[in-house]
Amino acid sequence: MKPAPFDYYDPDSVEEVLDLLQQYGDDAKILAGGQSLGPLLNMRLSTPQIIVDLNRVADLEYYKSDNTGLRVGAMTRQSTLEDDTNLRTTQPILAASIPYIGHRSIRNRGTVGGSVAHADPAAEWPAIMLALDGTILIRNTKGTRTVDASDFYVSALTTDLEPDEILVEIQLPNWVKTSGWSFIEFSRRHGDFAILGVAAYLTLENRRCTKSRIAIIGGGPIPIRTSKAESMLIGETISDALLKDVAEQASKELDPDSDMHASADYRRHLASVLVLSALQKATERANKSGGK
Amino acid sequence: MVQEATDNSRLIKLTVNGIEYERKVETRVTLVDFIRNELGITGTHVGCEHGVCGACTVMFDGQPVRSCIMLAVQADSHSVQTVESMSSGDQLHPIQQAFWENFGLQCGFCTPGFLLTVQDLLSRNPNPTDTEIREELSGNICRCTGYQSIIAAVKQAAIYMRQE
Ligand SMILES: Cc1cc2nc3c(=O)[nH]c(=O)nc-3n(C[C@H](O)[C@H](O)[C@H](O)COP(=O)(O)OP(=O)(O)OC[C@H]3O[C@@H](n4cnc5c(N)ncnc54)[C@H](O)[C@@H]3O)c2cc1C
Ligand code: FES
Ligand code: FES
Repeated sequence: MKPAPFDYYDPDSVEEVLDLLQQYGDDAKILAGGQSLGPLLNMRLSTPQIIVDLNRVADLEYYKSDNTGLRVGAMTRQSTLEDDTNLRTTQPILAASIPYIGHRSIRNRGTVGGSVAHADPAAEWPAIMLALDGTILIRNTKGTRTVDASDFYVSALTTDLEPDEILVEIQLPNWVKTSGWSFIEFSRRHGDFAILGVAAYLTLENRRCTKSRIAIIGGGPIPIRTSKAESMLIGETISDALLKDVAEQASKELDPDSDMHASADYRRHLASVLVLSALQKATERANKSGGK
Repeated sequence: MVQEATDNSRLIKLTVNGIEYERKVETRVTLVDFIRNELGITGTHVGCEHGVCGACTVMFDGQPVRSCIMLAVQADSHSVQTVESMSSGDQLHPIQQAFWENFGLQCGFCTPGFLLTVQDLLSRNPNPTDTEIREELSGNICRCTGYQSIIAAVKQAAIYMRQE
């Protein structure tokens, strides 16, 4: 027997989920796709008394686009978004990053809400939420609240969620047409967690940069936006020399760990190389999309 | 309805390889342990038991998933297919045939997971490139073959499947 014993609930409405969390608080653990929690239960690194399974809450599995942006219900599977070819034009960074999340069988179960809430600094979703100015819709028995992704990630594997709350939806503003983007990830084997990854998003108007986002995967205990590097681009016309300086600055803003996959110095070096490539690619795409 | 699991066990009903089963199961039992130990269907293998090796891959409502990190209770009222569903009697599935002909297996421990992963891959992409095959199979670990013969088997399988 792998997981330690627990009481198991699989309600079919959000209200019942919230009542259970209200009742059991810290003793309860939400089970979404189980692709992070499952291994933790098997290894008994997590031994919750109560499991509240969201898999029968049909109301949390949806996604829709309108003029305000894209809204994705927490229980939407990664593979559902992966298979929607429209997203490649409407949300190109998101669409490019999803195939990097583990493997197809992981993405068939793994959920958007689970990935955003699990807050692994080496995971794609948290950095994508930062790069795209995403917001997170949270609910408890008393009501709902919205948190910007930039305020959601508190410390390693810790978010702003309280034990009685669940993440119900993530929201991404619409893609700005005169923009360019790039998503680059380095890992030893396709599907492994990133050693380092970069999501870059640049908007150009009359050749000048009006908006820049550089979000880093694996650059520290939480997903990081290198805001000083970003601000060096604002109001400027893009040149290779500028991009090199920006990439150097971005790598200085990181606080990476050394582990068996790579040293902190190597990760910082990788960041300067990958940020430069990402910014070059993003500029090229922005120019093509009419942002010059 | 919130169901209270009084003794941590539940009665579940599911379909495995087209046959309906009804069993009482402890809620913490993983799907793979249930299929092997309760139902005695042992083609699905258990390797790492934490989601990284792919040996335990089964089809869940037609999609490949890792049955070591799912609970048996989660399969209640769903359908599961294991590697046993692929052949009909002695007639191997074309993917199995291609693995056999190309030495796509040695000890066979990883094979059930590879076969089902390849079945899903070829249903989405009937003519994959070498790079696509490598990327799609990167989540399945084989300690014997060195993978080259598996890639060859997948290419052969793709040809057989397109001929069908
Ligand atoms: C072999 C392997 C490789 C992987 N590779 C990658 C990778 O490269 N990149 C990557 O990003 N991920 C990877 N993953 C992790 C995978 O993406 C997980 O699916 C994801 O991290 C968690 O999503 P989940 O739906 O499975 O959540 P679960 O595992 O069910 O839950 C994770 C945590 O989030 C909490 N939670 C879940 N949903 C909610 C909610 N709606 N509200 C509040 N809390 C919630 C749970 O209580 C739990 O603490 C990999 C996993 C495996 C097994
Ligand atoms: S046994 Fe399930 S992935 Fe290894
Ligand atoms: S054939 Fe032995 S592990 Fe793959």
